[in-house]
Amino acid sequence: MVGDWRRRPVGRERQVESQVPWSGTIGTRIEAMATTSRRTCVGTTLTEISETEQRIQANGITSRLGCRVNNNGYAKAHPANGHPRFIRESKDEKENRTYPIKLSKYNESFEKVPFITAALTHFGFYILMFLGFINQLLFTPNVAKERKRKGYAPLYENFEQFYLRYVYRRVRDCWNRPICSVPGATVVLKDRTTNDYGWTFEFTGTETKCINLGSYNYLGFAESTGPCAEESIRTLKKFGCSSCSSRLELGSMPIHNELEQLTARFLGVEDAIVFGMGFATNTLNLPSLVSAGSLVLSDEKNHASVILGLRLSGAIIRVFKHNNVKHLEDCLKKAILLGQQNTGEPWKKIIIVVEGIYSMEGSIVHLPEILKLKKKYKAYLYLDEAHSTGAIGKRGRGICDYYDVDPREVDILMGTFTKSFGSAGGYIAGTKVANILRNKHKNTAVHLFNSAFLQTLINYLRVHSHAHSYAMSMSPPIAQQIITSMKIIAGEDGTDAGKKRTKQLARNTRYFRRKLNQIGVITYGNENSPVVPMLVYLFSKIGSVVRTLTTRNIATVGVGFPATPLMEGRIRFCLSAAHTKEQLDYVLKNIEDISGTLGLKYSNKPRDPNPIEYYSDSETE
Amino acid sequence: MTTKLIFLESIDILGTIPNYHTLLFVFSIASLIWFFIKKQSQSVNNQATTDECDRKLEEWRPEPLISEIKKDHPSLTPKTITSRVGKRIIVNEYDCLNLGTHNYLNLTESAEIEQEAIRSIQKYGVGSCGPRGFYGTVDVHLRLEERLAQFMKMEEAVVYSYGFTTIASAIAAYCKRKDLVFVDEKVNFAIQKGLDASRSNIKFFKHNDIDHLEQLLKAQSGLHKTNSQGVETTRKFLIVEGIYMNTGTICPLPELVILCRKYKLRIFVDESISFGTLGATGRGITEHFNVPRHEIDMIMGSLEHAIGSVGGFCVGSSFIVEHQRLSGLGYCFSASLPPLLATAAIISLEIMDNKPQIFQILKENCHKFHRGIKEMDIFECPSFAESPVQHLYLKKQLDNEKEKELLEAISDKCIENNLAVIVPVYLNVEREQPRFSIRICISSSLNQNDINFALNILNKCANEVL
Ligand SMILES: Cc1ncc(COP(=O)(O)O)c(C=O)c1O
Repeated sequence: MVGDWRRRPVGRERQVESQVPWSGTIGTRIEAMATTSRRTCVGTTLTEISETEQRIQANGITSRLGCRVNNNGYAKAHPANGHPRFIRESKDEKENRTYPIKLSKYNESFEKVPFITAALTHFGFYILMFLGFINQLLFTPNVAKERKRKGYAPLYENFEQFYLRYVYRRVRDCWNRPICSVPGATVVLKDRTTNDYGWTFEFTGTETKCINLGSYNYLGFAESTGPCAEESIRTLKKFGCSSCSSRLELGSMPIHNELEQLTARFLGVEDAIVFGMGFATNTLNLPSLVSAGSLVLSDEKNHASVILGLRLSGAIIRVFKHNNVKHLEDCLKKAILLGQQNTGEPWKKIIIVVEGIYSMEGSIVHLPEILKLKKKYKAYLYLDEAHSTGAIGKRGRGICDYYDVDPREVDILMGTFTKSFGSAGGYIAGTKVANILRNKHKNTAVHLFNSAFLQTLINYLRVHSHAHSYAMSMSPPIAQQIITSMKIIAGEDGTDAGKKRTKQLARNTRYFRRKLNQIGVITYGNENSPVVPMLVYLFSKIGSVVRTLTTRNIATVGVGFPATPLMEGRIRFCLSAAHTKEQLDYVLKNIEDISGTLGLKYSNKPRDPNPIEYYSDSETE
Repeated sequence: MTTKLIFLESIDILGTIPNYHTLLFVFSIASLIWFFIKKQSQSVNNQATTDECDRKLEEWRPEPLISEIKKDHPSLTPKTITSRVGKRIIVNEYDCLNLGTHNYLNLTESAEIEQEAIRSIQKYGVGSCGPRGFYGTVDVHLRLEERLAQFMKMEEAVVYSYGFTTIASAIAAYCKRKDLVFVDEKVNFAIQKGLDASRSNIKFFKHNDIDHLEQLLKAQSGLHKTNSQGVETTRKFLIVEGIYMNTGTICPLPELVILCRKYKLRIFVDESISFGTLGATGRGITEHFNVPRHEIDMIMGSLEHAIGSVGGFCVGSSFIVEHQRLSGLGYCFSASLPPLLATAAIISLEIMDNKPQIFQILKENCHKFHRGIKEMDIFECPSFAESPVQHLYLKKQLDNEKEKELLEAISDKCIENNLAVIVPVYLNVEREQPRFSIRICISSSLNQNDINFALNILNKCANEVL
């Protein structure tokens, strides 16, 4: 326990986590003791600290306290000089630490659907299909047909055509709705109607202002006024829209370097590289990181861009159950045990690919456990933080901030600027000296330090990334928007505006989720995730809920088959720091209304009878 | 139709089917049985395998995540641009005439576009904060798509938020496993990635070699299954570039189209370079060759070159293009193009429509330049004379690395002499390493003096280096 512990930089007092699962009487007392003994160490010398530790152990409360300390071990960060500092643990401690599943950070719910609803959902879907089938027999639509291509093999599969024309068409008006304003807390929809049951749409010329729960505007940076817009305009005037060149040709501007450094600083790692599109960040970089002979363990709910990137890489992909650490471990074990598919040789490397917040499930990755597995099984970890950077964590720095783990433990941190930063593009960030150095190849390490070679992830990508070499560099005003908004979140602008936003988002999230639970609808995912899927199951209900909410000036998104499993049609709410309590209350009231009439109260969980509080500004969390 | 009605409709239908509870019953029994079988088959790990696993884990030495990079690798220190990219560009502090970036019409410097883009930020903000399906469709996207379709006189257009992804996603949206795709061997990297994603059966034919293509087509005809109407069920595609990014050559479109009709291929043309440059009014290669546009199944293009914005697009008949709105991965699963960039593209199209003379100027500039290059004895230039992209290869062929070194030395020297030209960057994962060259991008903003200057500097620097 002493070992590396000594090197811990003592900045400030460590606070005690409030949500400790074993906080019974004894637990509390031990905690209090622990706190006091810690308190005494503030400002004392390092040796004293270790003595204190030993004293605590000698008190005969080792096991519990051991746990407690461990828990702290990953749960604490010292905000010193604005940079994250992390406690180093001794090897022993790393190996033995257990992650209490009950922590509120893990408070996640995937309530099972009642059997009868499940059956009805399937049934309802088949009826839709059946009706579509009859519809198809009875009349041929006057949609576009292929002309002058007689004798050609049909371009599309029959079923696909059928599904789009006769099933999806019925609810087509719920998607692709045009807007004509900032996608902020409210959004103005351009109204359209259809006179032919969804084959075509016409604009009515009117507009509807709705509360926007559909855009990924987590921190409310989708703004047409204010510092972000102003600075983007300034950059646009200076540098124009585009450089018409890739980064490695004539597209590298100082603004890109600034953004890369800022991103790295923001995430607490040494270096980062940015690209013009988040989707391309995944698809065009994964192939340079994994290759044939590698094994990729990919979460079943991973985003299309990740899947495409992996497919392009030529590596073998195995899918593990969503956020299921046990299944992941089984997969890892099997991979180690059996080796490569045909030859049985060991894999070249194993890479675990997960997302921070899953955009369709609202769940948050179980990062600490996955990190532990990754270490145990010598795998690498790729973390896609598209929805989590900025949106989660006390300081808005994403998943690592949320769990208070050292971001440098994640080998590859990927994320996008589309969501929290209200811009476009993506990044990959990582440590300069890749994690490999930390393993036991002593001679490799020596070789690395002495030679003219660098072994750094980001520099490797600078040389090998497809996007860096071939795809257009990021447009300057787009980059500026990210820089300005990121500085605000990080507080580098000298105000606490960013902090307010992160707090507001967290508060909105809790409030909205708890209220929904109280209403009695089934929501998926983690209590702290700003993406809130509300399950409606039946395909036809997706349409009716989205439409009804629109008539009440609420813009939401429905997601159904094939984007989700057939059974699990859902409505997704994306919360934003820009929403006010009044707006949320209005939305909640309407959801309550319609969930009665449309029958959405599927949940069998006990409902909280007490009124849900919306915390005031003075509260810390 | 009100929402209530729809809901009631589905309930009603449920009631009209008489035996649904029987069906339900059967279904539930079946699922129960399935559930049990599944439970049973899940084997439990026993001690022996765990030990074995531990032992193997102990022995296992995974490869490092990445390989080493030389500290002085040139890609780590790309040239720095400190000015707006226009007719002139400041590269590593040298104020240069810009022949290195793809702004063929120099629309990046248009004040009109800038004004409108600013207005767009003031109206829509910067990002669109959502994919097209989820409130990311801003009215300017629809306007841009309409303008593009109008400009190309085709039925429909679809806009992507990134040029590279456009090509790769569009190809993969149509070409599937088991389909047969004929591709020119010199296609650019984006097409190569699209083909990888499609996992189709791919046949490469020699660059611009119609005879070779026909040979391949003949070899394939009659090999495939036919359906009841005697139509082959294997889809066949031909993918070519209008002007090839990696060579500057033009594809023989009329001949290709004839082959397509004969052998029932659908043809996709990547017009990233030729859109907005070729033809009397910049409509691209179809206008250049006077090929009716309906002969082409789909045209893919980029908003990042002539248009001077960011993004890409596909145009074609509604029957074809509409499909991408649900199957183009880069379209469905990525945030839409920031409205300010869409606005910029709309204004660019308007300028192109209103000032067709810029295409004439561009063409003349290309000719002048091409003639000038032909007179030099160091370089050879197989690129098409009217192409805004000209590749200069060393006349004396050396080994690839050596050529690269020399050409880069020339390009560096040019930059020091205030002429920005570059050697294009190719990764070693290209299907076939393209031969290195100096790539010149010609713009309509150049005048005779500029062209003379550029040719002189090129000649001078090349002579100094070689
Ligand atoms: C997990 C994940 N990765 C990547 C992306 C793509 O990012 P972008 O929209 O910036 O292209 C998304 C967007 O939805 C996403 O959810």
